Amino acid sequence: MTTLLIRGGQLIDPAAGVDGPRDVLLKDGRVAEIAAAGKLKPIEGTQVLDATGLIVAPGLIDIHVHLREPGQGYKETIATGTAAAAAGGFTSVAAMPNTIPVNDSPETTRWMQAPERGASVRVFPIAAATRGSKGDTVNDFAALKSAGAVAVTDDGHPILKENVMRETLAAAARVGLSVIQHAEDTRLTQGASMNAGPVAFKLGLRGMPTEAETSLVERDIRLVTDLRDARVHLHVAHTSTLGAIAAVRQARRNGLRVTCEVAPHHFLLTEEHVGLYNTNAKMNPPLRSAADRDAMIEAILDGVVDAIATDHAPHATHEKEIEFERAPNGITGLETALGLCLRWLHREWKLPLGRVLSLLSAQPAALLGLKGRGTLAVGSYADVAIFDPKAEWAFQAKESKSKAKNTPFDGWAMQGQIRWTISEGRVVYTHIA
Amino acid sequence: MNATAPAARRQLHTPEPPVSPFPYNPGSLLSVEHLSLEEVSHLLARATVLENEDPLVRNRILAKRRVALLFYESSTRTRTSFELAAKSLGADTTLVSNLSSSIEKGESLKDTGLTLRALGAEAIILRHNSSGASWLLEESTHLPVLNAGDGMHEHPTQALLDLRTLLAHLLPGTEKVHAKTLAGVTVTIVGDILHSRVARSNMLLLPRLGARVLLCGPTQLLPDLAVNAGPGIAIERNFEAALAQSQGIMMLRIQAERLAGLQIDLEGYKATYQLTGERLRTHAPSALVLHPGPIIRGLELTAGVADGPQSAILEQVRHGVAIRMAVVERALTIEKKGARA
Repeated sequence: MTTLLIRGGQLIDPAAGVDGPRDVLLKDGRVAEIAAAGKLKPIEGTQVLDATGLIVAPGLIDIHVHLREPGQGYKETIATGTAAAAAGGFTSVAAMPNTIPVNDSPETTRWMQAPERGASVRVFPIAAATRGSKGDTVNDFAALKSAGAVAVTDDGHPILKENVMRETLAAAARVGLSVIQHAEDTRLTQGASMNAGPVAFKLGLRGMPTEAETSLVERDIRLVTDLRDARVHLHVAHTSTLGAIAAVRQARRNGLRVTCEVAPHHFLLTEEHVGLYNTNAKMNPPLRSAADRDAMIEAILDGVVDAIATDHAPHATHEKEIEFERAPNGITGLETALGLCLRWLHREWKLPLGRVLSLLSAQPAALLGLKGRGTLAVGSYADVAIFDPKAEWAFQAKESKSKAKNTPFDGWAMQGQIRWTISEGRVVYTHIA
Repeated sequence: MNATAPAARRQLHTPEPPVSPFPYNPGSLLSVEHLSLEEVSHLLARATVLENEDPLVRNRILAKRRVALLFYESSTRTRTSFELAAKSLGADTTLVSNLSSSIEKGESLKDTGLTLRALGAEAIILRHNSSGASWLLEESTHLPVLNAGDGMHEHPTQALLDLRTLLAHLLPGTEKVHAKTLAGVTVTIVGDILHSRVARSNMLLLPRLGARVLLCGPTQLLPDLAVNAGPGIAIERNFEAALAQSQGIMMLRIQAERLAGLQIDLEGYKATYQLTGERLRTHAPSALVLHPGPIIRGLELTAGVADGPQSAILEQVRHGVAIRMAVVERALTIEKKGARA
C-alpha cells in the first residue's frame, strides 16, 4: 500500500480535540503519524497532497443511505452509490436493508461488503430487524452482527407491534447492536403523500400527520424505559417533527440511550418546498411545517441531535416523472450534505466548524460503534476528507456520481468543496477544478 | 416575556420557498390562481360573444385545429361540454380515455402526453384522478393544458362557469369584473369540501372578486385548516346559519370514490346538511342553488330542490359550454411572450 503525506492543511479532528495546522502521514491504510505543520518530510515513494489552505478532517460517515443493491441496480449500485459518497467526502456509509431481497440474512450482509461490489468507500450494512421486514419474527442478531451488520432496522416498514419492538430492542441489546426505527405509525398515513396541513389541503393531497411520527417515537421511548437495561440503544432515524425531538430530548434527560439523526432536507426545507407537486421534494418522513423545521435547527444547534444523515434514496428519473401521489419517496443526499451543512449550519447559523464535522463523523461513528472511524488519531483508519472551506459552488444534479438525479437541491449554492477523499489510505475521489 | 415560555428562538434566515415555473404555456389553464381578473373578464366577455355568434362564423375561429381530450376519469358534463365547445369553434377533437388506450397497458401520463403532441395535438384537456396531474402534463409537453379536474385539487373551468351563473342572476350583464364586483355577496359551499376540486377552485376565485365564501360541513369532510387556503374564506358549521347569510349555495356530492376508508354516517349527514325545500324556504328563500353535478337526489339535496325555482343546476351546464369555448379559444390563440410561430 502506498504512503500518503497530507501537508500544510488545517487538521480538524473533533474526537481528538485537534484544530490546528498539522501534517498527516497515512501508511498501510492507517493514520501513521501526526506532526506540526512542516515537520514531516516525504521519503521516496510517498505521495504528497498539498493541503495548504484546506481543511483536513476525518472522512464523513453517513449512517442512513439506500444503495439499492441487491435487487434494484437500475436505481443505484453499491459502486455508484459509494462513488457519490466519495465525491461528497464520505468514507463510510451504513446501508439500509430495504433491498430486494430484504437484507435479513448473514449471506446478503456479506454479499453487500464483498470486494466484487466495487465500493469506493466502506459499506456497513444495517440488517433487517425482522424476517423480511414484515414486523413479526425477530432475526438472529448475533449471526447478522458477525456477518458485519452494525445495527438493525425495518426502516420503511416501522415495527408497529409493541411486543415485537420490545423483543427487538432486548435482543439487539444482548449482542450490542443499535435498533434504528423509522418512526411512522403507518395506520395514520395510508394514501398520504406529504405533510398534513394547509399546504396539503390546498394541493388536494392526503397528509401524513406529525402525530404519526411523534407517537411512535414516544411509544418506543416508553419501551426503552420499561426494559431497564442500559445496553438498550434506540436510534430515531430522520427525525422531522417538533414532538419527536422533544421526546428524544426528554429521554436523554432521563438518562436513556436514545439518539437521533436529522437529514439536511429536514433542517432546510418545509412543506412549501413541495411547490406545485415537485416529486423531488417528496420523501418519507415528508417535509414538515416551518415550526418543525425550526425545531430541527434548534436541536442541532443545542446538541440534542447526534448525527446528520442524508437518507440518500436514489430513484430512476422515470420513476419520479409521474403523478405526485404515485411517485416513490426519497431524494439523493450524499453529494450535497457537506456543502449544505457548511453553507447553512456553519456560515448562516454559526455552528462551529468542529461541531459540524463532528455531526458528520465522530458522533455517527460513536453512535454505531464504528471503531477507528470518525477520527484521525494515530492508528485510526486512514479515512480522510480534505476540502476547501471557502469555495462556493452550485451543485448540478446532472453531474452527480450517483445513478440518480432526484434531488431538490439542484442548482443550490454550496459552501466548501471536497478536494480529495481518502478511504483506508486510497485516494477515492479527486476534485478536478 | 413570560418566564415559563421557552427561550425565544433565534431569528434565523432559512432557504426561500421555490418560485413557481408554471404555467409554461400562456394558453394553459391549470389553476384559477393563474388568471388575472382582467383575464377572467376577457373570458366572460368572450363566452358571451361566442355563445351568440353565428355557428357558421364561429366554427372558423379554430378551424381544423387539433384538440385532445385526455380523460382518466369518467365524466358527462365536463367532457361533453369541452368537446362541444372545441367543435363549435371548428377544432378537430379526439378523445383518449384510460379505458380504451395504451394507458391501460401502463403508459405513463408523460408518455401519453408526448404521444398526443407527436400526433399533432395543439392543446390537451385533461381530467385525471391525481391531484397535480395537469402540472405534470404541462411540464412534460409545454402544450396548453386545460385542467378539467385534477384529483381533489382544482377544476378551474367549473369555477368560471359557476361565476358566470352567479353573475347572471345577481348582477345581470356584468362581464368586466374587479376586486369589488361581488362585495357583499356570500356564497356557501356545502358538504364534502375535503375531496372537492370544485370547492377549491371556487374558494380561490370568488373572494378575489370580493365575495365571502362560507364553508359548511362536518369536520370529517371539512377540516378546520381549510380556512387557510386563501383570503375571504370562513367556516360555518351550522347549515341553517350559513344558509341565512347566503346569496349563493353550492351543494356538493359526497365523493364515495375518494373517501379512502372514511366512514360517513349518511343518515346523520342528511339530517344535518341535506338541502331540503323546507330549509331553503325558511333560511334562504331567494338564494341561488348551484351544484356542479353529478347530483345524487335524496342525498345532498332533495329532488324538489334540484328541480325547484331556485335551482340553477342545468343553467350551470349551459354556461359550461360558453365558458369552455372561451377557454379553448384562449388556449389556441393567446400569444406566446417572445415566441414566434
